[in-house]
Amino acid sequence: MSDTFIVIGAKAIKRGFVEHYEIINSNVLSRFGFWVIVFFTLVAIFAPLIAPYDPWEMTYDSDGNFAALRPPSWEFPLGTTHLGYDLFSQLILATRTTLLIGIVSGFISIFIGANVGLIAGYYGGKIDEVLMRITDVLYGMPFLPFIIVLIALFGRELEFIILAIVLIIWRTSARVIRAQAMSIKQRQFIQMAKARGASDLRIIYRHILPNVLPLLLLYASFNIAWSIITEASASFLGFGDGETISWGGMLYELWLSGKTRVAWWWFASPSICIILLVTSLVFVSRAYEEVANPRLRRR
Amino acid sequence: MENAEILLSLRNLGVVYDTAQGPVHAVSNIDLDLRKNEVFGIAGESGCGKSTLIKSLLRLLADNGRTTADKCIYKGRDLLQMDHETFRKEVLWQEMSLVPQSAMASFNPVYRVGDQIVESMQAHKSISRAEAIDRAESLFDVVGLEPGLLRSYPHEFSGGMRQRAMIAMALSLDPGLIIMDEPTTGLDVLVQERILRRIREIRSELESSIILITHDIAVIAEMSDRIAIMYGGEFMEQAPTLDLFEKSYHPYTLGLKNAFPSIESLGTELISIPGSPPTLIGELQACPFSARCPFNGELCATENPALIEVSPDHLVRCAYHEKAPEFEKRAKEKSTWLC
Amino acid sequence: MALLELDRLTRHFELSPSFIGRHILRKPNSHIKAVEQLSVSLNEGEILGIAGESGCGKSTTCTMLSGLLAPSGGDIRFKGQSILDLNAQEMKEYRRSVQMIFQDPYESLNPRFRILDIVAEGPRALALWDEEEIIQRSLSMLSSVGLPPQKYAERFPHELSGGERQRVGIASALVMEPEVIIADEPLSMLDVSIRAGILDLMRNMQENRGFASIYVSHDLSILGNVADRLLVMYLGQAMEIGPAQEVIRNPKHPYTKALISAVAMPDPTKRRDPPNIRGELSQPIDPPPGCRFAPRCPYADESCNDVFVEMNMDDVTSHQVACHRLKDIFND
Repeated sequence: MSDTFIVIGAKAIKRGFVEHYEIINSNVLSRFGFWVIVFFTLVAIFAPLIAPYDPWEMTYDSDGNFAALRPPSWEFPLGTTHLGYDLFSQLILATRTTLLIGIVSGFISIFIGANVGLIAGYYGGKIDEVLMRITDVLYGMPFLPFIIVLIALFGRELEFIILAIVLIIWRTSARVIRAQAMSIKQRQFIQMAKARGASDLRIIYRHILPNVLPLLLLYASFNIAWSIITEASASFLGFGDGETISWGGMLYELWLSGKTRVAWWWFASPSICIILLVTSLVFVSRAYEEVANPRLRRR
Repeated sequence: MENAEILLSLRNLGVVYDTAQGPVHAVSNIDLDLRKNEVFGIAGESGCGKSTLIKSLLRLLADNGRTTADKCIYKGRDLLQMDHETFRKEVLWQEMSLVPQSAMASFNPVYRVGDQIVESMQAHKSISRAEAIDRAESLFDVVGLEPGLLRSYPHEFSGGMRQRAMIAMALSLDPGLIIMDEPTTGLDVLVQERILRRIREIRSELESSIILITHDIAVIAEMSDRIAIMYGGEFMEQAPTLDLFEKSYHPYTLGLKNAFPSIESLGTELISIPGSPPTLIGELQACPFSARCPFNGELCATENPALIEVSPDHLVRCAYHEKAPEFEKRAKEKSTWLC
Repeated sequence: MALLELDRLTRHFELSPSFIGRHILRKPNSHIKAVEQLSVSLNEGEILGIAGESGCGKSTTCTMLSGLLAPSGGDIRFKGQSILDLNAQEMKEYRRSVQMIFQDPYESLNPRFRILDIVAEGPRALALWDEEEIIQRSLSMLSSVGLPPQKYAERFPHELSGGERQRVGIASALVMEPEVIIADEPLSMLDVSIRAGILDLMRNMQENRGFASIYVSHDLSILGNVADRLLVMYLGQAMEIGPAQEVIRNPKHPYTKALISAVAMPDPTKRRDPPNIRGELSQPIDPPPGCRFAPRCPYADESCNDVFVEMNMDDVTSHQVACHRLKDIFND
């Protein structure tokens, strides 16, 4: 009997993978986006191994000259900053930070958003009202001043940056998931689950959640994308994490140096990376969106 | 009956859908001579191809559907060769109209019913609004609705009333042929009875022929002059109603008759047909019903039999139709149908 | 002993008028009186059929009996105990004993669950047995309803036909070994040629496992074939009750008579007379007191608007009618 169980479970997992594979492969853009994400993830994981220099190391070129503000060359593929820092190394290590903040914020925000949405959508009434009031308040909050205040109060620590991003971003997914939970709640298979004796929590997490999953995954990727942009924006304005470098932070350094007009290679690489990664996330999200939108029910 | 005027003549009509899994022969080998002023019933369940047949006649097929036929003549005009504009302007709704299933979905909820009927009339024929409204009022009278209801919205109508409004809309341009797709399915018994009675009453006033499509054998028995039993995209048996009920030849017909309990013969055992309809992918080289037929024989898997006339006006598509009397006896026993 | 008793069961829904109606015209709320003072009992091993058209309250009654909707008035008793004030544990016991089969095979199964999980859900939710036993019983239940587990257990609902899905629904209800099954139009969305098969399945299950059932349908022919007793409802009220075949062969209430005469028969030689009934079916919104069939009844007089006869529903063999004018009608 347990063998049957294991076989059934294994087949289900394999099915899960096949399903996701099919979704991502469904069109050229999402396939492209997927591989870009994989690429950046690998770079982030192996960053210290790949980066030739330390990001704040003053470098010297092969002639022994101080390599300040060099355009891209064989020695310094992405060029250097005005202080001689290798941009290639900076970019690679910044990938790690950016991705880390993006993914962590993305996941935390979808976790909060999904739970709030499910609970508000299912219970309705007072619970829904309270939760939605909280969401509304946060909708009204403008993100930059909010982050500025938070960081001014608590300092430029990684945790606070993540916190600030999460607090802003979870609201949209909460609203959307709430709406879907409300509509699923009406469907007959939920009635059937209740008739079979399922408790409220069981219905929310065992019955409704799997049906909300496509939408949830969609918003998970969106949230990661928004987190990355938010972090880049905050860093660019000087409110990023003080200790490590991120793509936005690189742009901030560029701006501080006053060399924006001169060193095109300096703003090119981080900007392109931000655009590329976020766009890729959006492409993949769109592939999930097709699944999340209830189309003709298959009979 | 043989000499009656033929309104619509079909020979070897087929519809093929191009799908990712291959060509689906949704409808094949349809031969039909529809007479003027007759009610022709087509009985079949889901997947038998009746919706496709309707869509094909009215040119409402999806993009991946192709109609082929040796002959498709309506009132002497060749429908196959006709271009879309001519069809839309001269045939659709004026000569052939449709009462679709589920009238709820067919009316736009934000416009008044009367406006929708008038608009549909004006889309197919150039008449003035005043004339159209006049016609709509008299039509409502015909179907038993108060003319004042023209000013109401669809949601203010009950299911039965909506269906009657749909019938009025189908009658509006005095078509020669009305196709009714499951006209009373989903309606309450009393409403259904009333609508069917009304259709019978107005039938003698109209000169239209009706093709009535439903899975409900009881409705078909009551309304039709002739009946065709459709399965797997083809007509399996076709006969005048009384003949069909008195003596059926095709095993599927026998199976269907078993599945309908009559309120008069309570306590008779209900027998169902095991299995499910075929998927119709690829050209069929066998009888479509063979997989579920309890009298499956050698010939059934190798060739698709042709329609044969077994008695005047009574056609059957079965290689073993000569054994029909034996089949009829055995079909009444439950054990025959258990696989 | 009566297994399930409905005692003057009532359910009203409030409808508030539009914004303008409510605040400017000060219209009061209207009420949909879906079920009105329904009293009937279900005995062990019997099949009670409930017939009626849309709006008669049969589905609302089912929903109340399965505990998904609270009544507005009256009581529901299972084995003598009211189910209205049960605590969570007692409610679980009730849920186990009284189960429901739904009408729409396309909507009643969770599209993200595998078939095995759908069948196992009830026992899991109520923690009836340990996981191994639950799976074992679910697999064997799938077998019993004609769906070999090797083929069906891991599939998803969208891969199954309507008839197969309905069998899954039946399996998921029966796996808990209930004492009462409430079936709300289980056949109406299935193809006609497979209905008999599902009906047979339900009948066999009932014979083998001995549960009682309430079978709700608008199809009188099926009810005549299946039910022991038949209750006819109209706009929330009970109109006639009695042994099923008797009620259909000898209907006494004018509504039942009209209903039966309106049923189409698969016999082209029979021509029916139009049913003896006026008007249109309406909705039970703010109905007047008295018999709700009065506006359509060919025999109604003024007294019908004030009086509504309550039938004695406990006597299982008797054929009763909710009409105080029966004698007069027969003498007319």
